[in-house]
Amino acid sequence: MTALELTVNGRTYREEVQPRLLLSDFLRHRLGLSGTHVGCEHGVCGACTIRLDGAAVRSCLLLAVQADGCAIETVEGLAANGELHPLQEAFREHHALQCGFCTSGILMAAADLLEQDRTPTRDEIVDMLSGHLCRCTGYEPIVDAIAQVAGTP
Amino acid sequence: MKPAPFTYVRAESIEQAVDALRAHGSEAKLLAGGQSLVPALNMRLARPTVLVDLNRVPGLDGIDEENGAIRIGALVRQSSAERARLVRERCPLLAESLPLVGHFATRNRGTIGGSIAHADAAAELPLALVALGGSVITTLRTMPAADFFVGHFTTALADDEIVVATMWPRPRPGEGSALVEFAPRYGDFALASAACFLRVENGAVSEARLAVGSVTDRPELLDVEPLLGSTVDDDAVRSVGASAAGAVDPPPNLHGTPQYRRALLGTLVGRALRRAWIRATEASP
Repeated sequence: MTALELTVNGRTYREEVQPRLLLSDFLRHRLGLSGTHVGCEHGVCGACTIRLDGAAVRSCLLLAVQADGCAIETVEGLAANGELHPLQEAFREHHALQCGFCTSGILMAAADLLEQDRTPTRDEIVDMLSGHLCRCTGYEPIVDAIAQVAGTP
Repeated sequence: MKPAPFTYVRAESIEQAVDALRAHGSEAKLLAGGQSLVPALNMRLARPTVLVDLNRVPGLDGIDEENGAIRIGALVRQSSAERARLVRERCPLLAESLPLVGHFATRNRGTIGGSIAHADAAAELPLALVALGGSVITTLRTMPAADFFVGHFTTALADDEIVVATMWPRPRPGEGSALVEFAPRYGDFALASAACFLRVENGAVSEARLAVGSVTDRPELLDVEPLLGSTVDDDAVRSVGASAAGAVDPPPNLHGTPQYRRALLGTLVGRALRRAWIRATEASP
């Protein structure tokens, strides 16, 4: 077992974990943060995307021990003081989710994209979305929602 | 889909990482960005007993200009390189290749050195480095990229040798390069890929490198003799493409037969050649 200290959505956790425990499983099973979804577990579907020190990354491709000393944000941390994040509002408005399985990963990646590059083009949004599989809504409303928050024409 | 148990070593220095490799030999695996290794661990295609994490090793994340080349530390994340001004301005072939590597979130974690050391035959960065005539700096030596890649997932690295940086020659006036690939879906592994470097002097090609990937087991340099001393026109594009298609023997896969992949390669080689020519001649003084 290896000791691990990290913050998730601003709260500090100290845990002991096996080195082989994936960060996605640590978040879901140890911390009970099941908003991070697990799809393919090999980095293709994008459902498990979280932010590690600000960067959107696949939590299924990180070991929990690698996040020692890091600040993690998950979808549970997006809404502040009971107010939805602007991306969440826009997703609701544009019907950019249906079953919601892919949504948390897309929200976390979109939040990173918008912070890096405040007005991405529609193509840049589509490029980011190429790393996220959605099987019900279709991508157009998702692009619309992100473009609205980004102020993309 | 969970990794088999292993001992985790967080290296704090490159010496510590080398020591761990020496102590455990081929049982140990290096972990950089983990965007290829961790899927292999999850699927248990790889079962190292010791995992040596390089991510906290200091000094491997610099991007500098050195002797006419851009030196990129092995741990530089693909997304950091994508955003780096030195890469965008002085290393156009790398800048063109990076958006084709995986996806937004995998590039945030995946490293330049990791992609080179992993040596996937369909990967863009090894192909670009070979086409540019770049080199790989390891803990033991500096090697031309063309000698570094041995086969699919296989490099010239010894068991206790670690990639420290890659060197990307910066273009001079009269030089141009291009990398093109085709994948069924954006971000997927390419079915065929090609990269071309040209130097043009007095309106004719004076130096050329043409590398192909995905259809071979490593980035492979093709014969460019016919190009030297000539201009690149439609006929040259067609004949170089056709001879490239004839020079490779790709295996069939889910998305294409060998004939299809050869034909695709011919087209892509022609496109890379034409683009490199346009860029080289536009850049001519």
